[in-house]
Amino acid sequence: MSSASQEYQPYLQPGGFKNWFFSVDHKRIGLMYLYSILIFFLIAGLCAMAVRAELLFPNANHQIFDHHGYNIMFTLHGAIMVFLFIVPGIPATLGNFLLPIMIGAKDVAFPRLNILSYWIYVVGAIAVVWSLIGPLPSIENGLIKFPANWLDTGWTFYTPYSIQSSAGVIPVTLGAFILGFASILTGLNFVVTIHKFRAPGMTWHRLPLFVWALYSASLIQILATPIIGITLALLIMERVLEIGFFSAALGGDPILFENFFWFYSHPVVYIMILPAMGVVAEILPVFAKKPIFGYRAIAYSSLAIALVSFFVWGHHLFVSGMSYWSRWIFSLLTFAVAIPTAIKVFNWISTLYKGSIRMDTPMLYACGFIFLFTIAGLTGLPLATLSTDVFLHDTYFVVAHFHYTMQGGTVVALVGGLYFWWPKIYGRMYNETVGKIGFWMLFLGFNAAFMPQFILGYMGMPRRYADYLGEFAELHFASSLGAFINGLAYVVIFGNLLWAAKRGKVASKNPFNSLSLEWTVPSPPPLTNFDEVPTVTTWTYGYGEEQNA
Amino acid sequence: MSANPNWEPGTFFHLHEEDPVEEYENFKLGMWIFLATEVLLFGGIFAGLFIFKYNWPEVFRLGSQALDWKLGSVNTVILLCSSYTMAMAVDGAQRGKNKQLKLNLLLTLLFAFGFLVVKYFEWSSKFSYGYFPGSDLFFSVYFMSTGLHLLHVLIGMSFIGLVYFRARQERYHEENFGGVEVCGLYWHLVDLIWIFLFPLLYLLRH
Repeated sequence: MSSASQEYQPYLQPGGFKNWFFSVDHKRIGLMYLYSILIFFLIAGLCAMAVRAELLFPNANHQIFDHHGYNIMFTLHGAIMVFLFIVPGIPATLGNFLLPIMIGAKDVAFPRLNILSYWIYVVGAIAVVWSLIGPLPSIENGLIKFPANWLDTGWTFYTPYSIQSSAGVIPVTLGAFILGFASILTGLNFVVTIHKFRAPGMTWHRLPLFVWALYSASLIQILATPIIGITLALLIMERVLEIGFFSAALGGDPILFENFFWFYSHPVVYIMILPAMGVVAEILPVFAKKPIFGYRAIAYSSLAIALVSFFVWGHHLFVSGMSYWSRWIFSLLTFAVAIPTAIKVFNWISTLYKGSIRMDTPMLYACGFIFLFTIAGLTGLPLATLSTDVFLHDTYFVVAHFHYTMQGGTVVALVGGLYFWWPKIYGRMYNETVGKIGFWMLFLGFNAAFMPQFILGYMGMPRRYADYLGEFAELHFASSLGAFINGLAYVVIFGNLLWAAKRGKVASKNPFNSLSLEWTVPSPPPLTNFDEVPTVTTWTYGYGEEQNA
Repeated sequence: MSANPNWEPGTFFHLHEEDPVEEYENFKLGMWIFLATEVLLFGGIFAGLFIFKYNWPEVFRLGSQALDWKLGSVNTVILLCSSYTMAMAVDGAQRGKNKQLKLNLLLTLLFAFGFLVVKYFEWSSKFSYGYFPGSDLFFSVYFMSTGLHLLHVLIGMSFIGLVYFRARQERYHEENFGGVEVCGLYWHLVDLIWIFLFPLLYLLRH
């Protein structure tokens, strides 16, 4: 026992490919996941920049690629962002790194399954990239021409086009199928870990809210992902054997594909957003120096969101041909999501009330999240309302709403979480000034990019169109400029983090004075996290309570 | 307790599962969760079956009549027997009777192999009559569902084979039988899915 302290060796050492790629350590796997998804975030982000560049002006005066090329760009943007970046997003990165430390465990329940999940992710990613291999893009008549085998179906793979398209649908769907296994294994691992590996005294109602959020998200990962698995497997069979499940010509039903697809893909947006909500709930009390308000309400609302998420998929089919009663019921159920979501927002704001707030970079992101996510949530309501959705369906209004939840919500929380836990992950501080500049660039650029899209959608601009009428020109131009600032912001944000990882000032064990377990271990943590399994006697949010005691 | 002395960074050593009882509990919970995902995976095909049957009752009536319910029944009996021997294998492991364990694992494998043989004759007879996936929706559902089930039979057989291999090394006893039990859980699910597929495909023919 006495030798334990002198044995301290941060988990980052030793380096080398073999020591990392074959490691079963949850912290290393989390970091490998992080850098992998960031590579795809960069690729998909560049596709988004290309899309916005094409839309700078109406096509009459300006074109970068042909209209088919436009389809390819928004497809790659969506498919890569969703399947390779944002689904693993927070759980596989921060979740992997923090979950065991937060509950006082040395690792997840099945460490080897954990590294298997990462390997499967790599295989799935290779399958997706495989679809791009072949002839390179060329320039014809001053336009960039992409090869015909690049995916052009949209990230939703809707039938019948995904059956007919000559593009490489099979490698991408196979990739998404494989990535589903990685997602299931992570979820399974987390659920068993949370059930079985909590330290003595770490009762359910003392769990950090990030853990509650991961638990809820894991349940969705486990229960929704198999559906996309069978759907994509059947789609592949459809292309190989013409089985007719989703083909009207053979007696099947293309709408069935939409139902199956959204039975996964709607719950999956809660896989993306629930951990983000958990990150925010961790950051707020630390920087407000106040106990979290409404702990149980926040914890159980995560479970409530996970439950309701399975019964709302129909709102994606409101205009696809659906009976009156189905639409009515799905509309009602969709509104029900607003209740647990609003409970969270109110509790976060109550946490801030009369707190002694310190606006460091992570806190900026947490507050930015609340602001942007509130807009995202409120603009969801007109989309749940049948009469307005018929008008807004498949317009830029939906695009803007979705990006407010996914980028304004999930990505902002991911970046905020990275800034918050970076001193723990690398033991070094980021630059505060550059951090704040990064946040404001992101915040302003993002709003400039997507606020006009609400108006565009309301004016009737349909999504996924490569060209538009002159009356939309100013708003599209503003949106594109905003998107470029938004993109540039990530250079600052991740530049700062990468610089900090190597050169940043050495951070103390607990630079933000948090009470959570992960801040009781050295930064960066040793391989086994804890020398001795900690015994927990109180919840983690007792800020300012010690004076009264 | 200080850091585990066996811990070497970059190796496959796992940290906590030092206690076989604890390991067993975790394994079992993990397998039950995994079985839930399997049920949902098949759920997609079952949903297709019900919807298409509702839309095209005539196609499904004729398709079902084209199947050989006798062969289907034989396979049902075979799988039920295999579930029994699997349960006996688990029982053997729990009571430390390695001979019973090994014998019953072999019997289970034998039954599973019998299932494959019957399936081979069934499918080849369908092919010879010109029924393929895509012939009509019934046969698409038939081949997709039984094909996916077949895949699970094969995975289950590999799993049982692995357990048998370990049983030969005498790795299981009264205090360590989690591997056998988890394998049994998986095999029972494979059986259970067939119990649902059989009447839906073979027997609802009027």
